[in-house]
Amino acid sequence: MEPGTDRSATVEPRDPMPDGYRRTLVRQIAQHAHSEIIGMQPEGEWIACAPSLRRKAILMAKVQDEAGHGLYLYAAAETLGTSRDDLLEALHTGRQKYSSIFNYPTLTWADVGAIGWLVDGAAIVNQVPLCRCSYGPYARAMVRICKEESFHQRQGFEILHTLSHGTPEQHAMAQDAVDRFWWPSLMMFGPPDADSPNTGQSMAWGIKRFTNDELRQRFVDIAVPQAEALGLTLPDPELRWDEERGHWHFGTPDFSELAEVVAGRGPLNAQRLAHRIRAHEDGAWVREAAAAHAAKRAARTPGQEPAA
Amino acid sequence: MSAEWPLWEVFVRARRGMSHVHVGSLHAPDAEMALRNARDVYTRRQEGVSLWVVPSSAVVASTPDLQGSFFEPAADKDYRHPTHYTVPEGVEHL
Repeated sequence: MEPGTDRSATVEPRDPMPDGYRRTLVRQIAQHAHSEIIGMQPEGEWIACAPSLRRKAILMAKVQDEAGHGLYLYAAAETLGTSRDDLLEALHTGRQKYSSIFNYPTLTWADVGAIGWLVDGAAIVNQVPLCRCSYGPYARAMVRICKEESFHQRQGFEILHTLSHGTPEQHAMAQDAVDRFWWPSLMMFGPPDADSPNTGQSMAWGIKRFTNDELRQRFVDIAVPQAEALGLTLPDPELRWDEERGHWHFGTPDFSELAEVVAGRGPLNAQRLAHRIRAHEDGAWVREAAAAHAAKRAARTPGQEPAA
Repeated sequence: MSAEWPLWEVFVRARRGMSHVHVGSLHAPDAEMALRNARDVYTRRQEGVSLWVVPSSAVVASTPDLQGSFFEPAADKDYRHPTHYTVPEGVEHL
């Protein structure tokens, strides 16, 4: 039976499944995992510069969560018959992508707030329907992730709220961060439906539950009143309540910018990837030493086989 | 390099009185590191009071292909369930 035909039946790792379904899932879950891992960088840069010990502890916990999310997702991808090494190699050689949003710089402390509120907010809108995705391991990883993301979004909102109600300089810093992150956040939902050829198949298979444009609209509807509560404006002159549709009308993101960033020509693509590869290579001796230690101990303990 | 660290399955007991439940998997060079990694990856928010880690290679599983015939013997034994039996009106605590 085709995955997704029966909405209540999940597909599990050892079930037979169409090759295309498997390929699509590996690509999507890997891209998702890579995004969590690369996503540690823009915020990690601010840990040492956090304005208070409380903010620092919170930011460290958040960045650690992102690492955890990457690990849940890599494990889910591995149930489809790919290996961790393959996945990392695909990231490091650019064969697999990560979310374009992480190629933008975090210039000020307010950007940490904007990432939590807008970027994690958009991620939540994307991810909540994935908790009901047809592939069991992916759906279960998403349930864990969604539970943890809501703290991420609230801490970002709190940072912006504090700045927005602080000195005029702090307010301006918060506004500037929202001005820069608003449009890239809308682009996180991907190209418009008309230019998203895989959406139909993914929806039929029960991997996606809603189209890119539906999710984008949902995010805007949630964010507009929140911006008001923050005392900040959104940088879209077309933004207005559409009585007839019962939704906020918003302008069209510059999708040529999205295409450029996805193609590798965003502000920080090269830096993000180089940093990731360096971190992996610098850690090689730790992985090798741990493996050597484990082998030595296993050899010394009679009757205990190494796990591999 | 690449000698990938072996894969471990992680089970968490959420509270005393409950059984361990599978929560996911991770890579680690040995059992001790697998336990430490499992703590960091799966119990950052007090999700557990006890952890098991088991080498994935040690798990023996039924094959989905045989799912039908393997579990089929239980299908026609409705009499193993209490709802199979008719209880006369008014009889309680049965």
